Amino acid sequence: MESTDVPKLANGYRFQWEPAQNSHVLLYPEGMKVLSESAAAIIELINGTDTIEQIVATLEKKFPEADLRQDVIDFMTTSCAEGWLNV
Amino acid sequence: MSDVNAPLWLLAELTYKCPLQCPYCSNPVDFASTTGAELDTDHWIRILREARELGAAQLGLSGGEPIVRKDLEIIVAEAHKLGYYTNLITSGIGMSADRVAGLKEAGLDHIQVSFQASSSELNNWIAGTDSFEHKLEMARAVKANGFPMVLCFVTHRENIDQVDDILELATRLEADYVELATTQYYGWAFINRDVLMPTRDQLESAEACITRFRDENKNDAMKIFYVVPDYFENRPKPCMSGWGSLFMLVTPDGTALPCHSARQLPGIEFPNAKDTSMSDIWKHSDAFQKFRGFDWMQEPCRSCSEKEKDFGGCRCQAFMLTGDAAATDPVCDKSPNRHLVDAAITQSSITTKDTKPLVFRNAKNSKKFFVDTSN
Repeated sequence: MESTDVPKLANGYRFQWEPAQNSHVLLYPEGMKVLSESAAAIIELINGTDTIEQIVATLEKKFPEADLRQDVIDFMTTSCAEGWLNV
Repeated sequence: MSDVNAPLWLLAELTYKCPLQCPYCSNPVDFASTTGAELDTDHWIRILREARELGAAQLGLSGGEPIVRKDLEIIVAEAHKLGYYTNLITSGIGMSADRVAGLKEAGLDHIQVSFQASSSELNNWIAGTDSFEHKLEMARAVKANGFPMVLCFVTHRENIDQVDDILELATRLEADYVELATTQYYGWAFINRDVLMPTRDQLESAEACITRFRDENKNDAMKIFYVVPDYFENRPKPCMSGWGSLFMLVTPDGTALPCHSARQLPGIEFPNAKDTSMSDIWKHSDAFQKFRGFDWMQEPCRSCSEKEKDFGGCRCQAFMLTGDAAATDPVCDKSPNRHLVDAAITQSSITTKDTKPLVFRNAKNSKKFFVDTSN
């Protein structure tokens, strides 16, 4: 995975806020994953045009205290392996 | 009851009409005797809205064959607007490429297409209709419209030896997921259990095929879901993740159920969504409270350390095999009734479809069965 890659949600996956869960979730064929706040903060920025680098930059502006580059890359790597993200 | 979970799943059985006659159908065997008319579009839209307010996020549209409903696109469009993830569970029969495109436009998220086998001959025999070629065509239309596609094969004695071919067919059709669901013995499958149940050898070969396929296709995009047959396990399945926990189903006439086959359980009055709100049904009805939590349990479940894992198994299976819906699911080897499951396995091993012909799911057989049991 390169920092210039553009991540996209896999076909059939949908990100949305679920009031009943008080959380963001990923919905997919016959299933749902409830997301942590940090996972939601990353996925929210996946729009099909921004690169990983741009997503990291946006997050760094939002959370200047945190060192999150590696966290974002780890998260994207795991998500790709799980099949719900493509780069 | 403020501590009741949100129902994540609403399954809308839109109709019992179906052009197929699969002898393992989970619909009730007396479906032809249910006198209530099918809910109309407005009823369904109100049900969808109320269940969504309760927290349901996944909507299954099934039947029978849901494509029979002419208002399917209207229902899908409304569900999409409400924020559901919408899953159409279809045999593909009665579908056309135009309707697949129309459903995409209406906002449908996913289509599951069922196949009865990987060969035309066996598929058409099990389905009781000449359907294989059309299914192939519809699976291609589903992919061409950009839907994620699950191919579902219900497996049993007659088709389980085809697992290699099934996986090859699913790969060829570019399925995103393939579900190999061993027949569970409810509804029509219960009547046909002796001739549908595979042998232990068949199951082991099928599992070996799946493992080999997974090893050889590690980077393949297609995921395989394998539903194991619970009769051959030592512990029961966590049926529905517990009664009234995540799942609710509304039948074609509006009866609300906590699972596909609960209507057969005696002494429970299941509410109808036509005259009761989904909130009242889910939170307050006696039917949905009946086996919620753990207080209803008998021994050995009551004091079992695994009760929070399997919830005592399946209430319908307990009833069908022991006559007591509150008994431990007899699949469990801690159940004093496990011998009933073993006896069923033995019985099936000495029964063939020549000695006990399959009963196909159709209105004629349904009426016959209903009359037989009510006399």
